[in-house]
Amino acid sequence: MASDRIFGLIILITAVAYVAAATQIQTNFFSGEFLPKLFPLLIGSVAALAALVLVFRPDPDPDWPASATWINMAVAVAVLAVYAVLLTPLGFIAPTIVAAAILSYQISGRFGPSALSGLGLALGLFVLFKYALGLGNIVAYRVTSPAKIWDALTILIPFVGK
Amino acid sequence: MELFANLALGFGVALSPYTLFLAVCGCFLGTIIGALPGLGPSNGVAILIPITFTLGLDATSALVLMTSVYYGAMYGGRISSILLNIPGDEPALMTTLDGYPMAKQGRAGDALVLSGVASFVGALLATIGLMLLAPTLARVAFLFGPAEYFALYLLAFCTLGGMASNNQAKAVIAACLGLGIAMIGVDSSSGLPRLTGGNLHLYDGIDFLVAIVGLFAIAELFFFIESHGKGSSIGVTLDKVRIPWKDIFSTKWTMLRASGVGFVAGILPGAGASLGSFLAYMSEKSIAGENGGFGTGVPKGVAAPEAGNNAAAGGALVPMLTLGVPGSGTTAVLLALLMTLNITPGPTLFTERPEVVWGLIASLLIANVVLLLMNVPMVKIFVRVLMVPAWILLPGVTMISFVGIYSLSGSYFDLLLMIGFGVLGYFLRKLDVPTVPVILGILLGGNMEDALRRAMTLSDGDPIYLFSSPIAIGLWVAAVLGFIAPMFLRNVLKKPPAVTD
Repeated sequence: MASDRIFGLIILITAVAYVAAATQIQTNFFSGEFLPKLFPLLIGSVAALAALVLVFRPDPDPDWPASATWINMAVAVAVLAVYAVLLTPLGFIAPTIVAAAILSYQISGRFGPSALSGLGLALGLFVLFKYALGLGNIVAYRVTSPAKIWDALTILIPFVGK
Repeated sequence: MELFANLALGFGVALSPYTLFLAVCGCFLGTIIGALPGLGPSNGVAILIPITFTLGLDATSALVLMTSVYYGAMYGGRISSILLNIPGDEPALMTTLDGYPMAKQGRAGDALVLSGVASFVGALLATIGLMLLAPTLARVAFLFGPAEYFALYLLAFCTLGGMASNNQAKAVIAACLGLGIAMIGVDSSSGLPRLTGGNLHLYDGIDFLVAIVGLFAIAELFFFIESHGKGSSIGVTLDKVRIPWKDIFSTKWTMLRASGVGFVAGILPGAGASLGSFLAYMSEKSIAGENGGFGTGVPKGVAAPEAGNNAAAGGALVPMLTLGVPGSGTTAVLLALLMTLNITPGPTLFTERPEVVWGLIASLLIANVVLLLMNVPMVKIFVRVLMVPAWILLPGVTMISFVGIYSLSGSYFDLLLMIGFGVLGYFLRKLDVPTVPVILGILLGGNMEDALRRAMTLSDGDPIYLFSSPIAIGLWVAAVLGFIAPMFLRNVLKKPPAVTD
């Protein structure tokens, strides 16, 4: 009950914000005054209606995971985000070993096999992508300065990065 | 005969040694992808699109490779359904109902071979149906103007939402999410950015591949972290694999009927493969009656959903190729592939790029034969794939997704966006909001808006124009019915509960 109501409210707020943003869409002579706004306005209104239905007629709650699992998943998201920004300054292999090992540990809960699978995946996938498939922009490793790594990480911090 | 001339053209394109090699590779890869628990056809094809794109294959080769993967994954899906009771995707659910009990009786090998043959029959008949029906429908599609196209897109969302979801409001929200995301970016007619919030990265719009890989593959990672990879160990042993001629022979009518039912269900835009396997199973169940023993592990209960499922997959290609409206999650992903290759599906595809259409149909036929030949003797190898533990598989899939998206643009922004879609996908699936309408919305949003805009320009802003032709009115009525009818039929069409140990 509660989850669907919260979800419905979030969608409702998003939809209203979307409609508000849609009324502000810039137009010019080529597009006409109204046409670029029409479809976004329609979508926003329909979504708002559906969200209202959900708020008033929610389904039963799903089984949410325990709080320890939430922390695990938050860690996974953080690891993936850091991995995403470090892939360019550090190259493929080093970040992949760490990220794959952490994800593997989160599923298996065993340290040794996870470390091995991280290492194996990083090297195996690198060989596969670079030599078997010939993907161009995968680089094994890059030597970089701490300042550059910091620059990359600031992307993830709101209002600090660019 | 025009048909045979076209087929000859298709085989001329698809039967070169190189494309044959790609077809075999694709079938092999696809079967493995389908067999891996938690990696269904949509998932597998989605992850491979960016990589295929960067490999620089030409349109026909890429198409042959990916359709083989697609068909292969449909084949492979039944392996985890039968041996693990884990359906790789929604349509495979029906196969677990009789497949898993049959495997528990020690007839796992029989069930696997029988379902392979049923898949072959379903897919073959559907491909033949596609050859006969698609050109005719393509001719009808020339009558479609913007009003009809707008109604058609609406029909796809309505039937998909009506059938695929348990709650209509959630399906509407999912479709609106996708359509709303599709609006982001520079508007083609004014050249001004829309709804980007001033973020330069969003001026190009959000790439549907980022959304697809995020919603399918990354979301799966979170589900595995939640469950700690439980439920992926093999519970049934597979000893000698023989060909169960008797079962194959006794289910021949079942296969034929199920293929017909599946094909027709697959053609409905939006409804797709789940409906095909469901209707095929249910109709066979009612023909067999109480004494049929459906649900206890009978060969017919394995053959019917598999034939129906694969026939629906072929049927779903009819609206996808002729109208550009996919009929299921996986065809939506295939549509994404065509768009990446700069091929626009629609009636003009049949006249302007016949080599693509008929090359695709020929490669479907080839893939089908390759799969049957590959699956019966090699089923034991594919079963081994199921032993790959989740803690190697899921990090691997995640890393492949990252590399795929990274190789498209080389930007961290798309990767972060993909993670965002992964989180979104987790919550949506948790809340029972279907994710396929989101994908469909992102894919079709631009076209749907275009149709509406052209209709409004033609009619000088008169909304009545949207209902001005008989075809348009028919589509609107079908859309409303497809959306409302499942609410009342939900009790009648109740899905049988999955088998539990």
